[in-house]
Amino acid sequence: MIEIDIKKKLHGMNGEMELSVNLHIQEGEFIALAGESGSGKTTLLRILAGLESAEGSISVNKEIWQSSSFSLPVQKRGIGLVFQDYALFNNMSVIENLLYVQKDKELANKLLELTELTELRDRIPSRLSGGQKQRVALCRALMNRPKLLLMDEPLSALDPLMRTKLQNEILTLHKEFGTTTIMVSHDPSEIYRLASGMVLLNLGKVVDEGSPKDLLLKTSGSQKFSLQGELLDIVKYDVIYVAIVSIGQQLVEVVISKQEADGLVIGQSVRVSTKAFNPILRT
Amino acid sequence: MFEIVTNLEWKPFILSFELSLITACVLFILMLPLAWWLSQTKSKFKPIVEAITALPIVLPPSVLGFYILMALSQNSPLGKFFYEVFDVSLVFSFTGLIIASVFYSMPFMVQPLQNGFESLNKNMLEASYISGKGKIETIFRVALPNMKPALMTALIVTFAHTVGEFGVVLMVGGSIPEETKVASVAIYEFVEVMDYTQAHIYSAIMVLISFATLLGVYIFNRRQNEKLGLL
Repeated sequence: MIEIDIKKKLHGMNGEMELSVNLHIQEGEFIALAGESGSGKTTLLRILAGLESAEGSISVNKEIWQSSSFSLPVQKRGIGLVFQDYALFNNMSVIENLLYVQKDKELANKLLELTELTELRDRIPSRLSGGQKQRVALCRALMNRPKLLLMDEPLSALDPLMRTKLQNEILTLHKEFGTTTIMVSHDPSEIYRLASGMVLLNLGKVVDEGSPKDLLLKTSGSQKFSLQGELLDIVKYDVIYVAIVSIGQQLVEVVISKQEADGLVIGQSVRVSTKAFNPILRT
Repeated sequence: MFEIVTNLEWKPFILSFELSLITACVLFILMLPLAWWLSQTKSKFKPIVEAITALPIVLPPSVLGFYILMALSQNSPLGKFFYEVFDVSLVFSFTGLIIASVFYSMPFMVQPLQNGFESLNKNMLEASYISGKGKIETIFRVALPNMKPALMTALIVTFAHTVGEFGVVLMVGGSIPEETKVASVAIYEFVEVMDYTQAHIYSAIMVLISFATLLGVYIFNRRQNEKLGLL
């Protein structure tokens, strides 16, 4: 059980705000941390890692990591952290990156095998692709058998295909090691696939907490499509208006009335909803 | 021509290189912690320390030489202490030259190292701490191997700058043959007595060695950057 109750003043892009988080995480859970940029997600991870100071307390499995008068040094916390930019040791080969953390060849080979990196074990990071680098970073983070694995948008720099592949590998590793994990992510499909719980931060406060299913499927049970997108353009054809909306990686056209068109601003975030009684699914 | 070269007095060159080598090593050991601190600190004293370490770049060598002379002479507490306890005279001696050179070349060691540390990916250093490694292990196993060009620049430029120093060595060391008469001082003396042949040979040798050293550094840095995927 991980108990977090921390406070910290932040000087963000939106002026001064207070990060104030009180969370309880069960052992073995996979928590997705979501929220707009500037809401304090990365700072929260860094406080958990011991890379930044804060007021309050953190305890992990009854071990005190932080209290009002004490802060366990980052070296002693036994965590794994996966950075968005991989942060591999460029002077070391793949296997050396892993063994730097812990001289445990057996574990290193097992991790490389699970992530299909065995053949690349002697390459240096500059000769790896982005996806390969992130897999090495993931393996490295697991080398000290962490009590807590933290991931800061680990897949956001990768293309969609590579993301899916790596999501599966993260899932495999999570099942294999059962490490309690907190992952910062913006991608709903990623959160739905990986996480067992979800925490939504806004301006430094937890605004929602629950299962990804409850939080992400906002129209749960009402038989509707409801898609969030960005309004790109409104085109007028004779008497009708067509709104062009970007949803995920796709553009869709929606017919709207004049009154609706007048009330919209290009660039706005909009929700497209429709009844979905008999949609056709094709592969 | 051959005769001139074989009869050449090599001792000034050897002194120059000995002095430069020792200075570079001493400065590396002393300045590594300082450069690391400067690269990581948010202290308000940082600009003051930076300004002090950069002073030797702008000060005339004679000013630096004068103060060092004053500080090390047997009339000063420090010079007196060394003379009475170790029987070492700090001025007009090789030891004094090393001390003077350490001050004179300090910025050429501190600045490249500091820049090198600052240019490292912070996350990479944090990844090392998270792996349970302390600062010293992180510096030697992660930071320094990932900034070999900066490291090489610091060492070689400090070395080369010490080979090229003139004003400070003249003031603090005098020009005692076999002891403090380094190559740059020897050339000055040849010109003074209008022995232009020897001055030419000495100068040409200095140009060649300096060029070869710098060329070596730039080739090394290029290869390193290619290897680390920076080019």
